[in-house]
Amino acid sequence: MSPAEIIAAYTTRLGDNALVLGQRLTELVASGPELEEELANANFALDYIGQARMFYTAAAEHEGKGRSEDDFAFLRQEHEYRNLLLLEQPNGHFGDTLVRSVLFESWYLLLLDALVRCSDARLAEIAARAAKEVKYHLRHGAQWLVRLGDGTEESHGRVQASLDALWRYTGEMLEADELDAAMQAEFDGPDLADIATAWRSNVAALVADATLVLPQDAGMARGGKAGRHTEHFGFLLAEMQYLQRSYPGATW
Amino acid sequence: MVETAVSREQVLAWLAEVPDPEVPVLSIVDLGIVRDVECDAVVTVSLTPTYSGCPATEAIEESVIAALEDRGLTDVAIRRVLSPPWTTDWISDAGREKLRAYGIAPPEKGGGKRALMTGTHVVPCPRCGAEDTEVISEFGSTACKASYRCLECLEPFEYFKCL
Repeated sequence: MSPAEIIAAYTTRLGDNALVLGQRLTELVASGPELEEELANANFALDYIGQARMFYTAAAEHEGKGRSEDDFAFLRQEHEYRNLLLLEQPNGHFGDTLVRSVLFESWYLLLLDALVRCSDARLAEIAARAAKEVKYHLRHGAQWLVRLGDGTEESHGRVQASLDALWRYTGEMLEADELDAAMQAEFDGPDLADIATAWRSNVAALVADATLVLPQDAGMARGGKAGRHTEHFGFLLAEMQYLQRSYPGATW
Repeated sequence: MVETAVSREQVLAWLAEVPDPEVPVLSIVDLGIVRDVECDAVVTVSLTPTYSGCPATEAIEESVIAALEDRGLTDVAIRRVLSPPWTTDWISDAGREKLRAYGIAPPEKGGGKRALMTGTHVVPCPRCGAEDTEVISEFGSTACKASYRCLECLEPFEYFKCL
């Protein structure tokens, strides 16, 4: 891969993560468990969709084929998305939504902090902008994890079950594939092995604070980074892309 | 090369009259999102977003173009800059005073990082000045605000949160 291809593919992957989580959180608008969380998740969704727009716009320029951010978001097929499987998992109950965000954001923040030091100036700028937002999200998520984990027997049991169920999707965040390696070699990108170490210790601390039990790695799922998704993803895309597929080129 | 007959200071003075669509008591200059103005053949205004997903970004760009067109400038370009990222420290002192007078508690200066990490900080009531206040919600009517309540005068108020 040429340097331009590496940065375009890597930036697209970041955009896919942000867009897919943004879309999932958007599903909670008008159906949040309470007003405060309704506002919180809507704000997080906006941040993620904003980040996706910046990543996709950068990717489109590196690619140089005249595609727009909307082409990336709305006119690609399932296998062309490279987001983590974790992020496409359904919202489930509030504990599931929360654990999905905490597991991702505790990793994403480390990734963004590393990307701030990469040699692609534009990506470093976007990462610096995004890191400030994700820090705020994670603070909110960590508070809720304690509130539910160290709450009632019911909330503790349910959020532990969420953690156990979603844990298998965390493996692929921590394993470098060819693109991660190329990004690291060519642009001083993140070292996923370092991030994995930091993530494991941060998550262990968060989980302990919440009086929960850290799950063991077993039967870890992977494939999102290579475009092989879980069944849920097709339904997510169908809803998200419906308008552009039905009315190509429609704008507000 | 055609020189525009307008100075950077003049353009900035005009931009100081463009309100932020979500917090209209502040101009976009008070808010600290106008990073630069270059007056060549084209007048280029550099703007930075407050948040990645700020839904007002496009509206602000359009209002900048409209404000300058009203003053007879036809060649106006907008440049989006991300670095250094906006924080509440970019809000001017005049802007902070306007926020307080409007009933929104302004963010503490330079306290962004600490507040973000620990969540412990005093937010004085913008109405009575009491420091005995409590958070109602970390989120408010827009992404940049949280909701508070004053335990002294009992008024609810919004807080422009530190970032």
